Amino acid sequence: MKNSSFSLLFTSWIIATVATLGSLFFSQVMEFTPCVLCWYQRIAMYPLVIILLVGALKAPESTFLFSAPLVLIGWIIAFYHNLLHYEIVPESASPCLEGVSCSTVYIEWFGFITIPILSLLAFTMIGILLIYFKRTTVDEK
Amino acid sequence: MKNNKTYLFVGVGALLLGCFLLGIKFYKDSQKEKISFMAQNNAKTFVREHSPRLGNPDARVYLVEFLDPECESCRQSYPLVKDLLSKYNGKVQLIVRYAAFHGNSKTAIAAVEAAKKQERYWEALGLLFETQPQWGSHHNPQIDLIFDFLPRVGIDVEKLKTDMLDEGIAKIIEQDMADLKTLGIRGTPTFFVNGKKPGDYSFQALSSLVAQEVEAAYPQ
Repeated sequence: MKNSSFSLLFTSWIIATVATLGSLFFSQVMEFTPCVLCWYQRIAMYPLVIILLVGALKAPESTFLFSAPLVLIGWIIAFYHNLLHYEIVPESASPCLEGVSCSTVYIEWFGFITIPILSLLAFTMIGILLIYFKRTTVDEK
Repeated sequence: MKNNKTYLFVGVGALLLGCFLLGIKFYKDSQKEKISFMAQNNAKTFVREHSPRLGNPDARVYLVEFLDPECESCRQSYPLVKDLLSKYNGKVQLIVRYAAFHGNSKTAIAAVEAAKKQERYWEALGLLFETQPQWGSHHNPQIDLIFDFLPRVGIDVEKLKTDMLDEGIAKIIEQDMADLKTLGIRGTPTFFVNGKKPGDYSFQALSSLVAQEVEAAYPQ
């Protein structure tokens, strides 16, 4: 495998790891209670840390196949979460009736960076890197 | 080549984990500073005039507990807290603040607050904790049971029910909720000893902090 292809997987892994540790920091250290949608996104994000790590080292050719479904699911949920957050979809149409509301705003850095935006950004970046990886490495063979 | 990649993962992984741990330390330190700053400048956030106090009113150590009559851990720690008060006889006073985090918390809080008018506050709070497994079971909460239990400590339930509707009580709960938010409290029981937070949630951490504060306030 070319070095450049490895870097793509490696970078995706860094993003997944930062997202994982970051979300744990929000919930375990700062004690923000994760809402339901956050949990679904976590379920998609956390395994990526392992899949991308083992994949990049042992089975780069199949890494895309294993990771892409998770990234896609996570991305869709993150996208929906942002729609809720910015009130494009009304909260009453959301599944978060109990516990923490999914439109609760915990952080707002620089006025626009919220936790759902960070999640969407992470899934988007990993998705782009993986698609690029597939085009340049897997498809060329 | 392959080894290099493994090292890269291990190295960067360790670096990220290190940042994470440093972040925890940094955040905790800054929270501690923030809270001790508030304890000096906004003592009201910790102790409100409406807050019930137990023990010597001149005691120099203020043990503030944010509790919820419906919370199981509060129930478990309540006798331990009372032990602390008697251990440092006259040197520590307990201040009760409310955290209405459960479904029936507000009713339970209103009941103990209304018991104040019959001078049965501590009796009522103790009784609610004692009987909590019956009225506050998470599977089947039956808040109305408290009205069957409260006469045991000599409370006139009819009068209590009227007093519970007092607007002042709703305001107390609201004020305490607002202070919870200011202090960033999301769990019960949360203790502050003279505005300082115990190192962790264990009872050991709390009792050693109390010991430390008693020593500081009453030098031998």
